[in-house]
Amino acid sequence: MISIKNLHASIGDKEILRGINLEVKAGEVHAIMGPNGSGKSTLSSVLAGREDYDVTEGEVTFNGKDLLELSAEDRAREGLFLAFQYPVEIPGVSNINFLRTALNEIRAYHGQEEMPAKDFLALVKDKSKLVELDSKLASRSVNEGFSGGEKKRNEIFQMAMLQPKLAILDETDSGLDIDALRIVATGVNKLKSKENATIVITHYQRLLDYIVPDFVHILYKGRIVKSGGKELALELEAKGYDEIKKEFEIAD
Amino acid sequence: MANEILEEHINKDYEWGFTTDIAADEAPKGLNEDIIRFISAKKNEPEWMLEFRLKAFRNWQNMVEPEWAHVSYTKPDFQDIIYYSAPKPKKELASLDEVDPELLKTFAKLGISIDEQKRLSGVQSNIAVDVVFDSVSVKTTFKETLAEKGIIFCSFSEAVQDHPELVKKYMGMAVPPTDNFYAALNSAVFTDGSFCYIPKGVRSPMELSTYFRINASGTGQFERTLIIADEDAFVSYLEGCTAPQRDENQLHAAVVEIITHKNAEVKYSTVQNWYPGDKEGKGGIFNFVTKRGICLEDNSKISWTQVETGSAVTWKYPSVILKGNNSVGEFYSVAVTNNYQQADTGTKMIHIGKNTRSTIISKGISAGFSNNSYRGLVQIKKGASNARNFSQCDSLLMGDKCGAHTFPYIEIKDRSAVVEHEATTSKIGEDQLFYCKQRGIDNEKAIGLIVNGYCKEVLNKLPMEFAVEAQKLLAISLEGSVG
Repeated sequence: MISIKNLHASIGDKEILRGINLEVKAGEVHAIMGPNGSGKSTLSSVLAGREDYDVTEGEVTFNGKDLLELSAEDRAREGLFLAFQYPVEIPGVSNINFLRTALNEIRAYHGQEEMPAKDFLALVKDKSKLVELDSKLASRSVNEGFSGGEKKRNEIFQMAMLQPKLAILDETDSGLDIDALRIVATGVNKLKSKENATIVITHYQRLLDYIVPDFVHILYKGRIVKSGGKELALELEAKGYDEIKKEFEIAD
Repeated sequence: MANEILEEHINKDYEWGFTTDIAADEAPKGLNEDIIRFISAKKNEPEWMLEFRLKAFRNWQNMVEPEWAHVSYTKPDFQDIIYYSAPKPKKELASLDEVDPELLKTFAKLGISIDEQKRLSGVQSNIAVDVVFDSVSVKTTFKETLAEKGIIFCSFSEAVQDHPELVKKYMGMAVPPTDNFYAALNSAVFTDGSFCYIPKGVRSPMELSTYFRINASGTGQFERTLIIADEDAFVSYLEGCTAPQRDENQLHAAVVEIITHKNAEVKYSTVQNWYPGDKEGKGGIFNFVTKRGICLEDNSKISWTQVETGSAVTWKYPSVILKGNNSVGEFYSVAVTNNYQQADTGTKMIHIGKNTRSTIISKGISAGFSNNSYRGLVQIKKGASNARNFSQCDSLLMGDKCGAHTFPYIEIKDRSAVVEHEATTSKIGEDQLFYCKQRGIDNEKAIGLIVNGYCKEVLNKLPMEFAVEAQKLLAISLEGSVG
């Protein structure tokens, strides 16, 4: 699905990613954990194509294509979806209109016709149930006046609508209470299939109780310093990041 | 990549920048009483009309061009302007067949059809159009259909000839010839425009529309529009405008007056798309316009909706004098400035009657090196008990080289008044754009989406067809302003 090799990225003079290697196959769930400032959000931003970052070295292949050559919108159209840590408000633009535009842009990219309004509305109805999203939210402006939990649920709702191949959830658990967390996680689990893959970026182990990863990677100072199965997350939870910091400080 | 997109769109041509090669009947350059007599004679005007012009001209000579607006430009040389330019043939036209085919081609380019036949085949929309080309109204459609209802919709010149009593009674009521520098100039030299009278109890069965086009070089356009809604009458009026691309600045100084009687309502919508000048700020129209309505009697309503995307410099404050009790004034505005455009626009709501209400929604969008100002006055006179006003002035900035300014003035002389003012300034964020892109929406579409969302409250007020045109225009005006 996606293959990241020796990825280096910096913002200004500051190098943040310092050689990331990661291989994600269809049907897999990977968790990337790490302390604050380790480069988790930078990784998701670089993969999604945010222009604030300069990729200085390395390569990323996504479904056989050179991801770094693609514009942000083409990455999305190729099936890469980022659930934002801080979803953005777009006043005056209804969620429905936003999603319809997005969906049809993606369809056009693949040479498909616009989705008929009737089918689209049926899809909205169907997918909003998945994350228990009030149908009123679908017609309200994108994220405007949404609570923290509603914003995150809206991200997963969008993900359900756009059916990406690879979804990157950037700290989707931050700011969620336990009920919202369960709803969001249930939504993500239901969307899981053999054809798609998920990268869960999180600071805490908590979310991984609900979205069980196949692999856990620990990111520290711009590198993946440790990889393992889901037990690695539990170990991390028990010991805290200080252990990791101690262990890898010297290597820096 | 951002820069490429920017380049591409900034270089995009002004679509309406063609000129039409039509022989024109012109006055010599310059302004004096002889020119005014020339215009008046050309139009075969009665003595009282000439007097009105001369009086205005004498007033104008003692006035100074206003400098309080937040704009800077080289003042026009009023002696270097042609004040009368009429496309030939200028004789009365009995049917469309007599119209210069070049003129018809121009209208086709503008996307406006003045072919009434089409309506019968159900092709054309239900809008009556008066077309003002340079200085002269060339064609008014649906005149007969409207006449059946008693509606008078014709060029201003015709109104002077055929309905002098109405013109005499109402002209200058909302905008006196002494009102301001440009209004005085217009009153002296106006060459044509539209006239509309809706009689008692009549709702206009269609939207009435005026289309203005400046074509000839070196000319100014000075048109007047006068709309009167008698008791219980209603009309929705649309105004559109374009001009060719020229290196010089051309002056457009129009006057629009609206008068509503008891229970009457006039809804006036404008999509202003005069040539804005090139990306270096060269050329473009100086749009110095006075628009004002009077809610003369009780329970009447005047609503201005404007989408302003054109002109090099805009100076325009569509206002309402709320004289009748319970009368309502509304102003909904989207003003876009890009490159080196400058706009100083807003409204005045003058509350005189009791229980009068006004609403102001202004959405400014600045991009490039432009400056965009909202200037508004809410005045509650003594005795205007229970007057209410709500104002909302939002500014949206695109890029970091443009300016947005808000100058709200509030004068309250009655204690029972309730006046609310809200203002916000925001920036089209890279975050918003990236969010859209991450969902597969490209830069161009994303800007369109965000801007239309921002202007939604105003665009919703436009008649359907106009709203679609306005949305497209907004997107075109702003494309590439955020990389």
